[in-house]
Parts: sequence; C-alpha cells; structure tokens
Amino acid sequence: MNVVTPFEGIGASLRRKEDFRFLMGRGQYVDDINRPGQTHAVMLRSPHAHATIDRIDTVAAKAMPGVKAIFVGEDMAAEQIGGIPCGWQIHNKDGSPMAEPMHPALALGKVRHVGDPVAVVIAETKSQARDAAEAIVVDYTPLPAVSGTEAALQPGAPQVHDGAPGNLCYDWHIGDKAAQEAAFARAARVVKFETTNNRLVPNAMEPRAAIGDFDSFSGDYTLYTTSQNPHVIRLLMGAFVLHIPESKLRVVAPDVGGGFGSKIYHYAEEAIVTWAAGKVKRPIKWTCERSESFMSDAHGRDHVSTAELALDAEGKILGLKVHTLANMGAYLSTFAPCVPTYLYATLLSGVYATPVIYAEVKAVFTNTVPVDAYRGAGRPEATYLLERLMDVAAAEAGLDKVDFRRRNFILPDQFPYQTPVALQYDSGDYHSTLEACLETAGWAGFEARRAESKTRGRLRGIGISTYVEACGIAPSAVVGSLGARAGLYEVGTIRVHPTGSVTVLTGAHSHGQGHETTFAQLIADKLGVPTANVDIVHGDTAKVPFGMGTYGSRSLAVGGSAMDKAMDKIIAKGKRIAAHLMEASVEDVEFERGTFRVAGTDKTKTLTDISLAAYVPHNYPIDEIEPGLEETAFYDPKNFTYPGGCHICEVEIDPETGRTEVLNFTAVDDVGRVINPMIVEGQVQGGVAQGIGQALLEAAIYDASGQLVSGSFMDYTMPRAGDLPDVGVATHVTLCTHNPLGVKGCGEVGAIGSPPAVMNAVVDALRDYGVRHVEMPATPQKIWGIVNAHRLAAE
Amino acid sequence: MPQVTLTVNGTKHTVEVEARTLLVETLREQLRLTGTHVGCDTSQCGACVVHMGGDSVKSCTILSVQCDGSEITTIEGLAAADGTLHPMQEAFREYHALQCGFCTPGMVMSAIDLVNKHPDGMSEKEIREGLEGNLCRCTGYHNIVKAIAAAQDVMHGRVPELVRAAAE
Amino acid sequence: MYDFAYHKPASVADAVKILAADPDARPISGGMTLLPALKLRLNKPTSVVDLSGIAELHGVKREGDKLVIGALTRHGDVASSAEVKAAIPTLAAMAGTIGDTQVRNRGTMGGSVANNDPSADYPAALLALGATIQTDKRKLAAEDFFTGMFTTALEVGELVTAIHIPIPTKAGYAKMRNPASRYSMAGVFVAQTASGVRVAVNGAGANGVFREKAMEAALSANWSPDAVAGVKVDPGLLNGDIHGSAEYRAHLVTVMAKRAVIDAG
Repeated sequence: MNVVTPFEGIGASLRRKEDFRFLMGRGQYVDDINRPGQTHAVMLRSPHAHATIDRIDTVAAKAMPGVKAIFVGEDMAAEQIGGIPCGWQIHNKDGSPMAEPMHPALALGKVRHVGDPVAVVIAETKSQARDAAEAIVVDYTPLPAVSGTEAALQPGAPQVHDGAPGNLCYDWHIGDKAAQEAAFARAARVVKFETTNNRLVPNAMEPRAAIGDFDSFSGDYTLYTTSQNPHVIRLLMGAFVLHIPESKLRVVAPDVGGGFGSKIYHYAEEAIVTWAAGKVKRPIKWTCERSESFMSDAHGRDHVSTAELALDAEGKILGLKVHTLANMGAYLSTFAPCVPTYLYATLLSGVYATPVIYAEVKAVFTNTVPVDAYRGAGRPEATYLLERLMDVAAAEAGLDKVDFRRRNFILPDQFPYQTPVALQYDSGDYHSTLEACLETAGWAGFEARRAESKTRGRLRGIGISTYVEACGIAPSAVVGSLGARAGLYEVGTIRVHPTGSVTVLTGAHSHGQGHETTFAQLIADKLGVPTANVDIVHGDTAKVPFGMGTYGSRSLAVGGSAMDKAMDKIIAKGKRIAAHLMEASVEDVEFERGTFRVAGTDKTKTLTDISLAAYVPHNYPIDEIEPGLEETAFYDPKNFTYPGGCHICEVEIDPETGRTEVLNFTAVDDVGRVINPMIVEGQVQGGVAQGIGQALLEAAIYDASGQLVSGSFMDYTMPRAGDLPDVGVATHVTLCTHNPLGVKGCGEVGAIGSPPAVMNAVVDALRDYGVRHVEMPATPQKIWGIVNAHRLAAE
Repeated sequence: MPQVTLTVNGTKHTVEVEARTLLVETLREQLRLTGTHVGCDTSQCGACVVHMGGDSVKSCTILSVQCDGSEITTIEGLAAADGTLHPMQEAFREYHALQCGFCTPGMVMSAIDLVNKHPDGMSEKEIREGLEGNLCRCTGYHNIVKAIAAAQDVMHGRVPELVRAAAE
Repeated sequence: MYDFAYHKPASVADAVKILAADPDARPISGGMTLLPALKLRLNKPTSVVDLSGIAELHGVKREGDKLVIGALTRHGDVASSAEVKAAIPTLAAMAGTIGDTQVRNRGTMGGSVANNDPSADYPAALLALGATIQTDKRKLAAEDFFTGMFTTALEVGELVTAIHIPIPTKAGYAKMRNPASRYSMAGVFVAQTASGVRVAVNGAGANGVFREKAMEAALSANWSPDAVAGVKVDPGLLNGDIHGSAEYRAHLVTVMAKRAVIDAG
C-alpha cells in the first residue's frame, strides 16, 4: 500500500536511506569487492619529474614468487592502445586548437611527473606485486624539470612535450578588449591585484581503486571503479583507449567514498587493469595507497592571476581585466582545459553589474601531476580573485566594503541578467542573502568583539564574500560549441512495478550526496509513493541506460529534472489507463500524489491500480497503448543554474604564533528550491570546510626539481575537527526559472564562497599591520612572517 | 606461518597470517569484515579504527600477531542482533554525520571510545580535539560533533533516548 | 612491508637474548613509530621482538621523591595515572597530547624514549626533569641518553626498562604543533628541579632535543614569562621545513618557553 506522509516529500529533512549500510559496515566500495580468482596489481611509478626511460629490465621481477605478468608502455602501444583522452578542446585566440599531447597509460620513452606510471606488476597477492615492482630495474636519464606555473612560460624552461612549444597548452581569451580599454580610459581609479590560487590535493577519504575483469567465454569486460560517472568512463575508455564496444564493456561504480571532482576523470589505471585482465585472463584489483594518490589523482586550482578593476568616482564598477596562468600539469586530464576557461572566466562578473570584462588565460604544461576540476572547479578561483579584489578596491577607494558590494550588485529586477562573459543569470537576490548573512553573523557588533580580542592580545578580523556560481552543467549545444566533446544532459528512468513500488535508474552517481534519499523524495512528492518503496539505482552501466554522472552540482538540477520529466511521462500514460478504467476522457483525469481522479467527481484510481492494470492488462486500452509502466527521459538543460549567496567569516589570530582560528562562519545561500534541508546544510558545511582548508591549511607544494614536497598527510594539512568551527547555514530561495524543479545545486557553493570570506577576515585582522593581501594558505608561519616583518620595520 | 586467535565481534577465529600482516588486512581479507577501511598509509586518517580490548586502535598500525588472544570489535559488531543501532550509530544517522560513509566506521569507533573515556561528558571543543586521529573530507565535522554530543548523553544514561536534531 | 620473524618473549632476559643475537632484529612495543616505517618499506628487520608480553615493564609507581614509569606504560595510561597527575601534572597533561587517542592507546613511553624522534614530546620532558633512563644493563642520565636526532646511547640489543623521574617543584610545557603531522614543531618543557632550573626543547633542534641554557639562566634569576621573553635562540642550531623555517622555530621556542612558564605557574 502506498501511503505517503507529508514529511517525505520536497522540503523534508528526511534521514538518509543509505545510512544504515554505511553505519553498519555494509557499504560496498571497490576495494571491498573480491572477484573469484582475483590477482593484484601494483604500479611502478616514476621517481623523477622528468626523465627519459632508457631501459626497463623486468626479467628478475617476472621470476619473483606469485608474479603473473608485468607490462610496460610498449606492450600497450604494440596493441594500438590509445592515449588517455581529453574531453574538452579549447581554441587559441587565433582560432587554432590547443596543444594536446599524447597521454600514454603507461609511459612511453619518457616520464613527465613524479608518479607517472612506468610498469604494472600483476601477482597473486599485493605484497608479491610490490616485492616484484621493487625488483624491476629502470634506467632513467633525468632531464631538467619545470614545476612552477609562471616558470613554465619562461624562455629556456624545460620542455614538457615536444608538441607544445614553450609549454603553452593554449592562449585563450573572452570578452571585449577594446571596450575594456575604453572603460579603463575613463575610470576615476584602477585597482590592480595579483594573486596565486594555491594548488590542492582533493583527498577523498576513499583512495581510488579499480578491478578489471574479463570473461573469456563471452568476451565481456567489467571494470569496477571509484568513479563519479561510470558511463563516461565506459565511453572514454571503451571508444578511445581500449576499442571495446559499449555492449562488451560494463563499468560499475558502487559505493564511492567521496569524489570532489577527483573521481570524474578517466585514469590510466582503469584502462591498465581492464586491458591487462584480458591478457592474464584473471580479474585484477588495483587499490591506490594514499601516498600514491598524492602523485596520481588529479590536483586542483593552481592559478596565477592579475586582475584590474576600473571604478568611476562614485565607486561603480566600469570594467574588469584579468590575466591568468593556469597549470595543467604534465598531461591534459579529462576536463582540465575547460576549468580555467569556461568554468572560470565566464564567472568573473560575479554578483556585480560589470559592464565590460576582458580576460585572457594561458594554460601551461609542467612536470607535475595533472590538474583538473576540484570542488567548484574554476568558480572558486574566479570568486576568490574577484572577492579579494573587491575588498582591496574598497580599501583603496575608501569605501565601506559592504556598501561597495551593495552599490554594484545586480538588482533583482535585472534578471535574466546577461553578463559580458557569456553567461545569462536566470535568477537571484543578492541583497537578501547579504542582509540575512550580515544579521546572522552579527556584522554590526564586530568592532566590540575585536576590541575584546585585543585585550587578550589577539587580532580579530571579519570577512565577507558575496558570490554567484554557474553549475548544473549544462546545455549540450552550448558546451559543445565551447569545446566539450560530449553532451551534458542526464538520463532518468522511472519503473513503476506492478504493485506500485518504484525503481529509479539514474545516470547521476552518489558518492556522499545522499541521492538515494533526495531522489526518493522527488518520487514521493510527485507520485505519492513512500520513500521506503522507492529504490534508486545508479553506478552501473549494465543497469542504467545512460548518463553523464555527478559533478558540477548537476545531479538534482539535471538528473532530478530528467526524473521529473520521466514522471510526467508516467503520469501521462497513467492518465490514459485511468481514463480507460474509469470510463472518462483523458482530458478529464487529474493526478496528484498517487491518485488519479476524474475531475469534479469522486471517481479515483490509485497509482497502484494503474500499475497493476498496466502489467496485468486484462481491462486495458491495449489497442492504443502498450502494457507496462516504465518511462525514460533525457533532460538537457536550457541554461546553467546560478546558486549564490553570502559568506561571512570571523577569525582570530595569535600574533605570537601566527595561528589563525576560525571563530564563526555563517553562510546564507540561495541554492534554489531545497528538497532536503538537512542534506543541503551538510553539503554546504562540507564545502565550507574545504574552502577553509584551502584558505588556511592546504597546499600542494612542488620544489623546483618537480618533487612533491607535501606528498602525504604528514605534510599536506588536511582539515581536522579541531581546525574548523561550527558552520551556520541558512538558505534564501529564488527558484531556478528554467528547470522543472526550480533547483540550482548545493554541492559546490561552500567551497566557492568561503575562501575569500576567510582571507578577507585574515587581512582585516591584520589591518593595523599595513597588509594589503595575504596569499593562501595563511599558515602560521606565513602570518608570523608578516607580523615579524612589521615589527622589524618598526624597530 | 604464525597462527593467531582473535575474538572478533564475539566470535572466535583462528587464522594463519604472515608476521607482516596488519590487523586490518586480516579483518578485511581473511574475515571479510570490510566495514573497516583503509584511507591512508601514514596512520593518520582513522578510517581503520576498531576496538581492541575496549580501546580504539588503528588497525592499519598493528600487526595481527600482536593481537593474538585479543577481543576485537569492528563496526559490524556494534548493532544488536535485531538490527537496533548502537546509540552512536543512531546519533550519526539522526544528525546527518556521514555523507560518503567511508570515514564513518572509524569515526564511530573512535567516538565510542572517546565517550567511554569521558564519563563526565565532553564539550564540543573537547570532542573536536578528541577526533584528532580521524579525518573526514565530506562533512566539515559539524554534524559529527553534534552527533557525538548527543550520543554521549544517551551512552552515559543522562537522557533516556536520543535528542532529535533540530532539522525536521 | 617486508616479512620478518615474530617473537614474543615473556621476560627482558629472553628479549635481550634474541636482540643481541641478531643486529637486524627490532624490538616493538606500541609500534606507533616502527610500524609506519615498516609499512613504507623504510626498514627491513629480520625479526620483530614484541615486548608487550613482559609484565615487569608495565605500570607507574611513586618511589619517594620520584616516579618510576615502566617502559611499556602507554601514553594514555600516563595521562590518566593518578600518581602522575598528583606528582607531575604537566607530564600527565603532555602525555594526553601525544599523537591522537589511538596512538595514546598503543604507544609507550619506553618506545618513544628509545626512538628519540626530534619532534616527540617525552624526550624534552625527561631532559628538563633530569630523568634517568634505566635499561636492562645500566642507568643513564637523560642528557647522556639522548645523543642526537633519532639516536640514543642504547647499544644493540639493549632495552629501556623504566624511566625514573625526580618530582620537580614546578614544571610546565607548551608546544606548537606541525599543522599537518601534528608532531611538535617547537616544544619547550621547563622545570624547577632539585638540581636547578632546566629547560628542554623538542621539535626544533637540528640535532634533536636539547637544553636551552640561556633560558635556564634567565629563569634561575627570575622565574617569570618575561624572563625568557627576551632570550633569543640561534636559528643556526635549528632545523626547518615547509611548515616552519629555522627562524620561525627560533621565535616559537621563545614563545613556547613563555607559555611553558605560565603553564608551570
């Protein structure tokens, strides 16, 4: 019996359905899966940032106990195994395509970053594979390496790829340069600001893993992998790398322990274990060790930027000019080229009515791990640049930083708002989120708190960030015109079973987002089926027709909309069946939450009545419609969605040690319609934690020779519970105008809005020290350096 | 090969291991108790925390041979036979203290030990400090702290049942 | 890790016999340092000798004006010991900040002392408190025992069995943690002992734990935070890494010394 309580639908903080298995140790992550006859793979990785491979001697290693096979790059090349493909092509200013060097799964003749895989050892046990990997002799001739973003473009810098002269991947621009120059020419003031957006390591708590399996009888391959988008992996790996038809390749992404972008991409190890499983005719499991993750998972951020803001005499923004260098690492990861372009420069208008913008972006190759999208992907970099610049500009213009923002906001009646950098924001209410956040954070009472801190010898600062982002990626035609090599719709199938329970097949993938709960709430709300009777199936290409996966806060806005559209089809068909059963015309049948009713009568049929009739069509309009009650919809959004809001952070610095403590963090976000407030708050809190991590703690640091100095949790500072504050989250809703649910997405807002709020607070705390800017992360050592330099200057 | 006898979640197991086998490897691979996870190789993330003789330990940093004769409790051993969750598990669910679930088993096991060792209760600050050995990348810890604060009152008998979270 | 033989002797004599016969054998107590190193294959012992079955090495007792702490006493047990809390509350508090809860549930004072990690907590405490390290063969004053970074006066096969700690008049400790590893980046232990004021520094020294004589002199003359505030440490004697340059550490030593004096009261 389908009885739904009002608490289960849209707006309910329903406790999560998936929690039981996770809390009882019954989750099934890739490394929890063992296939019969499974062997184990270990990757031998380059210790050099840049070197030629002169010889690989595997003879002794192959004779080690338990070793089944060892493969090197030439073994894959001999079978015409393709390079790891890039999914996005950017064009240079002159219209020519970006440099796109080959990315072999196993290195061919040369290694280009520490961690570049050189050989794979397959053995009966993981220990045996590790023992044998140590016995492989590789003769390298080290080459000069380049790791720095700016250093890569210097004349005479070591060349990472022959096919990318000067290490330039692309030189791209957006906006109207002439208009920008004209605006600057009439400006009362131009404020210039330079900054580096620190490179980060995503560090989802579950390390990547992959199991390749091959059925020699059927010729079917199966890959179990830690992926955010199994269908994309099947497409990229099957079509471009291993040349296996989709029908012969199944990709399963079971429970996945966090992604944050790092598990979007098709990684070499997936192709290696799948291909090698066909060679050794045994399943092969590879599980990444954490220290190995640091040198093989795609990193995030790593921009060096200069921004100039032109203001008129009243503090209105006249124009913005941005120049950015973006580090791609040694190879192009799946989405890498679009991150510093279409996910970054298109967002430079922020929440402000900026009449003209011109941005140019150069992407460079370096001897470092590839860089790709990490939570927010381009939008945190844009937001950080702009929101720090707004504070710097307000200070230089002598304006109150909040008033300066208010003065330049896009107003509610200006939506839809066309920015000068391609995006058209559909809705927003920046004043409301600002005022609510100021109120909750106690902005007005700050100076008294600062004075109190001072009595304890501490420096208190407060910082604000008002932001918008573009997510729910994306209209396929638009992204296609911008260089995407795939569509970015989503697919949903609603299968109503004979007795009324529902199975939903979705191309979105949950790795912490709580889809099994939120999506079930959508079904409960519209079809009136209790969430207990709704099962969400995802993460298996053999079960789900197709899908583009989960990233860019798209699951609900795109995947949820596909489900909504599929439910519309279910309802439409249900109405025809109901009309037949109730001897009414289809036009007269209404549907609401599980009940079909002949309008204006008390004649009703439940969804279960209809589904039973659909599968047991004894009394059924069989000449007009087919039996069954299952519908699939592909939803391709008309636009991005534009969540936004305001974040305020309050910090206290101990000037003696340089340590910054985050005292309070307040977020008021507009993520569109909220399906499950509890989950939305959790998503924002998690994003904010990563933003605070970027601002104060985290940095992937390469030395000049290309060694990753912060290559484990011993040196890379992961935020711990004691490093973080309570994070207060509230929402203020304006609906997305172009998707059926009115939702915008909440997965990335926390990581996008927070870093500048934190850094603006840090700079504010140091206001008596004459500090204009502090680079992220604001580590104790860095802050002490500022305090100490000020003290020395005063002496 | 050395033989070790472990009582895991109340069941006695005798297994052969190499001396170099870690407890987490025995639990996951030999006993197939895969709820205990491995998230790092430097003994920091805490995804592998189990109880040994009632104390929380990182099962990635202890040899199985060191555990011979020990009582081990893993995440699989917390709930009652009828599926009733331990108060800490229930609090994690009620307060949305987990997202991807990967750090969760270790986090829950650490949290229980923490509460057991603080019979007078902990402030939220003390809870945060007590979680030093467990990393979570999803939640920002906010809800984990709330869950532990609520669970400690149940575990110490100060309230008859879990106080519901504010979100409804 | 590489495989090895495993032994679990029941007495110090049996343990020493195995260790003395094989220079590549390694003792293990809590394993909080050895196991991470073995996992990274940084170490290839032929055998591992588990000391945890040796009953005589466990426990804390007060003997007159000193504490005697068995080498296998865990950090958590030191932190919660009524004897330690009563006699040297700062030592108990320090033990409660070593590593994390799980490290404190396994790691032992003897293991930490024998390892002499430059960023470990105990060596500074023992040096400042004028402790004596007892081995199966002899007794060594802390300054004679801790000989440099990761090195001690222990001979091959020699085991720490107990630590004798004179109870000070006052003692205090403060440290700045490495933000990532959480080990001490600069920690200072100050004590007023029968043999005078002693100050020891961990985390910062280029050659491991060391006594800071200028601070001892300053505090002997005037036991107050202000007395050490003006004492500068030479960065040339300190180590540096991405989290803390030698100059920053030198500064932190002074700050932590002040805070340790405040902690001591």
